[in-house]
Amino acid sequence: MLSLLYEILNTIRRNKLRTFLTGFAVAWGIFMLIVLLGSGNGLKNAFNADWGDRLINVVQIWGGRTNIPYAGFQSGRWIELDNKDLQFTSTEFSDEVNFAIANVNLGSKNISYGTEYLSSSLQGSNPNRIIIAGLKMAQGRYINDLDIREKRKSIVISKRAKEILFKKEDAIGKKVNVAGIIYTVVGIYYIKDGENATDSHIPLSTAQIVYNKGIDISSLSFALTDKIKDEQSSTDFMNRYKKRFASQHQISPDDDNAIWYWNRFESYLEISNVNNYINIAVWIIGIFTLLSGIVGVSNIMLITVRERTREFGIRKSIGASPLSILKLVVVESIFITTIFGYIGLVCGVGLTELLAGVFASSGGGDSPNFFVNPTVDINVAMQATLLLIIAGTLAGFFPALKAVKIKTIEALNNK
Amino acid sequence: MSTIIKLKNINKTYYNGAPLHVLKGIDLEITRGELVSIMGASGSGKSTLLNILGILDNYDTGEYHLNNELIKNLSETQAAHFRNKLIGFIFQSFNLISFKNAMENVALPLYYQKVSRKARNKIAMEYLDKLGLKEWAHHMPSELSGGQKQRVAIARALISKPQIILADEPTGALDSKTSAEVIDVLKKVNATGMTMIIVTHESGVANQTNKIIRLKDGIIEKIEDNSEHNISAFGIQNIK
Repeated sequence: MLSLLYEILNTIRRNKLRTFLTGFAVAWGIFMLIVLLGSGNGLKNAFNADWGDRLINVVQIWGGRTNIPYAGFQSGRWIELDNKDLQFTSTEFSDEVNFAIANVNLGSKNISYGTEYLSSSLQGSNPNRIIIAGLKMAQGRYINDLDIREKRKSIVISKRAKEILFKKEDAIGKKVNVAGIIYTVVGIYYIKDGENATDSHIPLSTAQIVYNKGIDISSLSFALTDKIKDEQSSTDFMNRYKKRFASQHQISPDDDNAIWYWNRFESYLEISNVNNYINIAVWIIGIFTLLSGIVGVSNIMLITVRERTREFGIRKSIGASPLSILKLVVVESIFITTIFGYIGLVCGVGLTELLAGVFASSGGGDSPNFFVNPTVDINVAMQATLLLIIAGTLAGFFPALKAVKIKTIEALNNK
Repeated sequence: MSTIIKLKNINKTYYNGAPLHVLKGIDLEITRGELVSIMGASGSGKSTLLNILGILDNYDTGEYHLNNELIKNLSETQAAHFRNKLIGFIFQSFNLISFKNAMENVALPLYYQKVSRKARNKIAMEYLDKLGLKEWAHHMPSELSGGQKQRVAIARALISKPQIILADEPTGALDSKTSAEVIDVLKKVNATGMTMIIVTHESGVANQTNKIIRLKDGIIEKIEDNSEHNISAFGIQNIK
């Protein structure tokens, strides 16, 4: 085997251009495939990162203004949501709705602690908002059922608000003044890619009573169950929901302006589809790149073997068996494709890692990143390299098989 | 002296379009240690005969015994084994591998005998030294003259210590002075007891051999005994 390897190394050393061309086709194929797959993954990861920790299967509802006169009501009527909407959503659609929350938007309020203050959007919320909005607790807790039941004056502030109001002082348990009303800080939250968020959250029941909202709510959100798993089931459910909503508020079932909703799940599906198309496109381009690499290697091997027919004849005339020649060509193919495949792999992975580093350092803040971690699963990279090595080997094997079948005397006379 | 080559009624026909009966019932015996030349016009079948003797080509009918073994219907691997052990080839166009230097070309037959690289290179150097090419051992074929290339080819043919050397127009690509040098070397080799068969169309070369086989239209026209010629003039002391 050592002799064979030396023989191959000798051949490679003396045929640098041929070796380089074969190797380049392999390395380039692998390199491009990895860069392409990495880019596809970068886009996909950016899309997934954009959703952050928020729930994907969420629907948010707002009241609109009627366009169609209905049940004795003129058009142009504003539809106000209230606790009854939250109630029927939770109870009548329990198969489709996992849980529902309401939100009261109390607008911008001045929050102060000692001499420090800031303007913050005040939201009356349910406990499950932490799940739907993807909030993370940095300290303390979020609004709980007891806060709701007892209409406590608890407040959860953002990490940014805490830094402004309390600096390095511990905020939990401290009292803040929210436009003249004193609240106790029970928790500090943060949100991924939302370092500058300053919204403050108080219990929904407190918001409704303190700010004289009655049972009104600004919007309601609900998380869907696993029953809603595709676009069709989502559309069917939304149609039924809108119908029920219409009967609740005495609006025409055909009045699309009276209810506003955002189905995050449908948006997710749409973007997922785009994502899948990108994925398919990347794979198709990748496979064609790989194929072009294979064709390149095959062509070079074919020409190489044909060029070496006379050499094989000489070798056979001095005692080389057909098997030994076949072994020479195949091991040489494996050697070249493996070495250059590895070079392509390392360069491809190196570039994607470099890009990952560049995009990671350029990200941050609230600005969205369009390219996140554009790297490739090492198994995919290895499989692609292995495929090209096999292709390169076969590309060498078949012409070599043909070459060794040529009669020695014919091979010797080959020009 | 024992017979090393025995041909009995050898026939060979090529079928490229119209059948071409190239060898027609060749009967021939060559004794061990003979220096034989095969002469004939172009198309007389001399190269075909040499290819059959060298197991580079098959014959259709008849019998060919080499070193008392019947050479018939051999697989490529068996043929390669016989060539490696029993036969050394010298070609008109040298047939050196272009990307190997002189030493590597000479050492190549030993690679197929599984001799280690170090050992085969050492032996190759010894043979190149005997043929006066030691200084050219690391030169590529493109850097050698025609005569030097042919001497490298001779060294390669000798290195595996074959029973016979088959030379196909060994001086065909050389000038007269170099031809004489090459023939001198071949005669020295023959003087060591190695059987040598030279295909040539040059009577000057044929006249240096002990036996001249004249082929015409695929038939042995005449076998001339030429053993009277003086071989001592070439000297034999260097080739062992």
